[in-house]
Amino acid sequence: MAVNPNYTPYHPKWYRRRIPIFWWARKLSYVRFISREMTSVFVAYGAVVLLLQAWTVLRGDDTYRGFQQWLETPAVVVVHAVVLLIVLFHSVTWLSLAPQALAVHLGRYRVPAGAILAAHYLAWLVVSGLVGWVLLGR
Amino acid sequence: MDSVTLEVQRYRPEDEEAPSWQSYRVPFRADWMVLDALNYIKDELDGTLSYRWACRMGVCGSCGMTVNGEPTLTCATYLKDQPAGPIRVEPLRGFPVIRDLVGDLTDFLEKLKRVQPWLVREDEPPLSAGEHLQTPEQLAEYKQYSMCINCMLCYAACPIYELEPDFIGPAAIALAQRYNLDSRDQGAARRMDVLSQHDGIWSCTFVGECSAVCPKNVDPAGAIQRYKVAAAADALTSVFRPWR
Repeated sequence: MAVNPNYTPYHPKWYRRRIPIFWWARKLSYVRFISREMTSVFVAYGAVVLLLQAWTVLRGDDTYRGFQQWLETPAVVVVHAVVLLIVLFHSVTWLSLAPQALAVHLGRYRVPAGAILAAHYLAWLVVSGLVGWVLLGR
Repeated sequence: MDSVTLEVQRYRPEDEEAPSWQSYRVPFRADWMVLDALNYIKDELDGTLSYRWACRMGVCGSCGMTVNGEPTLTCATYLKDQPAGPIRVEPLRGFPVIRDLVGDLTDFLEKLKRVQPWLVREDEPPLSAGEHLQTPEQLAEYKQYSMCINCMLCYAACPIYELEPDFIGPAAIALAQRYNLDSRDQGAARRMDVLSQHDGIWSCTFVGECSAVCPKNVDPAGAIQRYKVAAAADALTSVFRPWR
């Protein structure tokens, strides 16, 4: 698309601000955003631990038991408790965005934001219950 | 308090390499907006100060500036609502500064054209067929997005736009949604070609500040996320029903 030559976006005299590396520290809402994004690393960590656990099951009893023993060491328990809190923070902040992203209609009726949020929490509870049942129920 | 200090960012490209601050003492009036104080400076103290404004009633979207770090319409921001101390006025972030408080908005205007913010029709019924009727529910689907006044506060609040200047940006995407959701429009597929690119909706990481600062409650962040859901559904459909 042709750009008006009188208004080139690269005019050498126009001032462009340098963006500071800690731009996100300027405002609480940016800090909240960065926290939400950065905590996704811990979600990934949780997924990796779960995959490793599944892999040790495939490798046989000894490997699985060794991994379980590592999981039960006090330092790992403390670290994983902190990771759990961080992942909960990520999940809550992530779920709270759902109503803004979804416009659900039932016929002519638009489902209110609260109901969409409640449905997400309900789904979270159901899936967590299922996982808990698989892991602990036997 | 009978007067207040405004610290205004000046940039005179013929004289200086980078912006500097200039302080002005202006009368404090309870019913004055920041724009009134700038107009006082322009009329009474320093005629060289440059800034944009037009309607003074929050409709034209011209007087957006950064006041004490927040992007805002200066015609809708009371002096009395600002914290004690000097009031800092800067141009909107994210746009190259031409002079003083005037930013260059060409980038936005080019991007806006790319999303085709007008009613697109593939077929045009004859005039004898009458108007394109629309129910109140159909109107409600897009009305919120039609309230955009192109004030650029959402771009100034969006850190992604400043970090990734190719990002089409909140207002342009919200305006694309305004037409996508209009029952009279048939251009959604054309807009999808533009918006589903990396510099379209997928650059947005949902900071949400665009919606927080919008003076018209347009909720561009919501528009973008809704469009992401639609684009993902479209991609899935094209996998399972490639013949459609």
